Amino acid sequence: MNAQLFILALFDGVAYAALVFMVAVGLTLIFGVLRVLNVAHGSLYAIGAYVTVSAGSAIIAAGYSPVLAFPLMLVAAILVGVVLGGLMEKLLLSRIYDRPEVLQLLVTFAVFMMLEDVQRLVWGNQPYFQSAAVNLLGNVELFGVFYTSYQLIFLPLVALATLIGLRLFLRRTLTGKLITAVTEDREAAQFIGINAERVYLLTFIAGAALAGLGGALASPTTSVLPGIGTEMIVLSFAVVATAGLGQIEGAAVAALLIGLGRSFAVYLYPELQVLVPYLIMLLVLLVRPEGLFGSPAARKI
Amino acid sequence: MTTSPYLLEARDLQIRFGGVVAADGVDLAITEGRNLAIIGPNGAGKTTFLNICTGWIKPSRGRVAFRGRDITRMAPRKICRIGIARAFQHPQLFTEHTAIENMLIAASARSGRQNPFIDMHNLPERGEMMHLLDMVGCADVADRMVVELSEGQRKLIDIAIALALKPALLLMDEPTSGVASAEKFAIMDILVKTLAEAKVTAVFVEHDMGIVENYADEVAVWSGGRVQFKGSPEEVLQHPEVIRDVIGGEVA
Amino acid sequence: MTFSRRAILPAILVAALALVPILAPFLQVVLIFALMKGIAVLGVTVLLRAGQVSFGHALFFGIAAYAGAFLAASPFDDLVLLVLAGLVTSAVTGLIVGIFVARYRGIFFAMLNLAFSMIFWSILEKFYYLTGGADGLRLPRPTVLGMAFERGAFEDILYYVALGLALLLGWFVIRFLNSPIGQLYQTVKTNETRLEYLGISPRVALIKGYVLSAALCGVGGVLMATAQGIVTPSYAYWVRSGEMVFIAVLGGAGSVAGAFAGSIAYELVRTYAAAFAGDIWQLLLGAFLLVIILFAPGGLVGIYNSVFDRARGAAGSAKRETGVPKKPAEVRS
Repeated sequence: MNAQLFILALFDGVAYAALVFMVAVGLTLIFGVLRVLNVAHGSLYAIGAYVTVSAGSAIIAAGYSPVLAFPLMLVAAILVGVVLGGLMEKLLLSRIYDRPEVLQLLVTFAVFMMLEDVQRLVWGNQPYFQSAAVNLLGNVELFGVFYTSYQLIFLPLVALATLIGLRLFLRRTLTGKLITAVTEDREAAQFIGINAERVYLLTFIAGAALAGLGGALASPTTSVLPGIGTEMIVLSFAVVATAGLGQIEGAAVAALLIGLGRSFAVYLYPELQVLVPYLIMLLVLLVRPEGLFGSPAARKI
Repeated sequence: MTTSPYLLEARDLQIRFGGVVAADGVDLAITEGRNLAIIGPNGAGKTTFLNICTGWIKPSRGRVAFRGRDITRMAPRKICRIGIARAFQHPQLFTEHTAIENMLIAASARSGRQNPFIDMHNLPERGEMMHLLDMVGCADVADRMVVELSEGQRKLIDIAIALALKPALLLMDEPTSGVASAEKFAIMDILVKTLAEAKVTAVFVEHDMGIVENYADEVAVWSGGRVQFKGSPEEVLQHPEVIRDVIGGEVA
Repeated sequence: MTFSRRAILPAILVAALALVPILAPFLQVVLIFALMKGIAVLGVTVLLRAGQVSFGHALFFGIAAYAGAFLAASPFDDLVLLVLAGLVTSAVTGLIVGIFVARYRGIFFAMLNLAFSMIFWSILEKFYYLTGGADGLRLPRPTVLGMAFERGAFEDILYYVALGLALLLGWFVIRFLNSPIGQLYQTVKTNETRLEYLGISPRVALIKGYVLSAALCGVGGVLMATAQGIVTPSYAYWVRSGEMVFIAVLGGAGSVAGAFAGSIAYELVRTYAAAFAGDIWQLLLGAFLLVIILFAPGGLVGIYNSVFDRARGAAGSAKRETGVPKKPAEVRS
């Protein structure tokens, strides 16, 4: 493998990792606080992408500046988070927190199934494509390789900003500290008067919004069609499990690990590219079932 | 394999948790047929000692032998099979089964039957298991779910399960704690009679000196991380140091 | 086995199923898929009885199906051999994977299973020359005990084979769960400490049930591939695993009858929703499961039983609950 291919693989990996991180971080945040593995997270990602593409195309067709594609992503994310995430938590999840974990997971699986059909009903089966945002930022040359600025600079910056922002939010703000408290010890937190239900709702909305944002950010780089959510959710699981459930900074590391692993496989052993994320997940889990950064619970006999 | 006059013998045990030495230089011998009570302040390591005898924890130093055979490094499952059984402070039962089913599961474990076509409820050991339940006075609740029973009954069933394995030695952690005071002696009466009938030697950790006085053949005093001394209940319970360190403040 | 009023409806249903190819052949395709999926779901059910959920059992469904496809491409393309090949392949795989995963519990157990199945799926997708890639492999119609049949006759035979195996395997699972090893296996759900103190390794006990669960998924998988005439990587995809757990809970988690009740309901909605309301079967089934989980967590079988319990005025035996593993209980010793 020559230097150019190496650099290309590196860039691919970083861009990919940034996107996967955006989805995985919401998933792990939700798990850390609510102890629910949200299977519908993939659907929220997909709907974020669809909404962005549809609205983006409409705006551009109406003659507005393509620059609006960027704030539109935030709008789509917030919509997905508040509307879909909020409804899901309020109507469904809040009723089943006392139930066995399997049932909670199946509830999110049922929502996932329903949202898959909703996507098809609203947007049909054909692929959508709206790359205005990518085109706007043009290309950049780094280490002798041309790459889109959007994927090489913008996406990783957003991911980094999200990571730092979340860390600051959870550690420095009052709401963030409340969330952390509930994560660490739910009963103690309730005992001192923290409104756990409010915390759950806010966290779920935030996590869902991050998934939507991930989809919105991904949409200019790929065709949006049925099934992208399904693929993304299992990949996010791999990242979250490898990092350790609830580990936010760890998710960034795991996303990089998996993203780079996959991108290098594309250039070295293409047949393995899909396999690599799950192989990494398996190897990590066999050695450390709590994930790279998770705290060992009573998981073994 | 050396022969030994003792059923269970612990020599020079040291128990460490990380850097903390919980017990050091523990010497204790248990004679077959003589029930031993272990008394001492809380947190002194008594439960840990029981865990070592059943192989759940390994001592950092020292040796435990059962009928002369070294069991210090043996796996709990194996120790269980050579004749040491355990009953717990909080009864360890199978919560989605009835009392007799709990017993039958123990019988299944003991017999090692692999045939998937026999029904556990029709095992030939059923009669024996009902008899054990009867010995601990729980035959009338055999078909009730164990989660519905009183703490005292659950403790007795916990002990009956242990007895189902036909052990030579039964280790018990506070057999009457959590049981209403009025029932304590009744349960101990049943228990000691059952054990004698089944030819099982008992070791029990106990805080109630009245129980110790009436049901133990020998008493070992555990404090300061070691067995300070051992003797008959009369000797031990009147020893000035014991009265000062252990009994003072204990509910008699 | 005592005969009770409760057994009437299931008995009628079984008789009805047996008569379908004669009286209602339009239902045959739907029901044959339901029966085969039901056998696979039995595998998930067995695991639920030990309090564990796997999100990767499609691995066994798929590997048995592909084993069948490989065999079908050889001169040994006979139904009996295909089923045997599927059974053996999935059981052996189950043993190997089981040895790894049986040390873990809860979400870790579920995720490890998922990882194994996704690795297998990745291999199926990408190694085109071995597995046919995303297109999959065809499975030419096998002979039955050496005799070749026309398509119509074969489909009838396959239907009765599926029904027969469903009844046989359902019966076997019930016997297994009532047997000494089956009961010891189920204590993994309620008290592993006590199990250990009975001299039994919880890991070994779990592996025994795990291998059975893998074999059941495998039989379902190879039958399915035979019925469809083709096997694709989707047989091993995570959605398939999720679907199996879905059906198990829909029907009544931990119940043998529930596995089949759930899969019949699932397949009926899947096939006929389109006739009434377009391609929205996932919407309907998803909503259906939500209703079940929120209001009748014992599933279809739970609803059925509660009708009888209420009629009897029973105080409600705590015996068989929803069958779904609760949050890990505190085991103190």
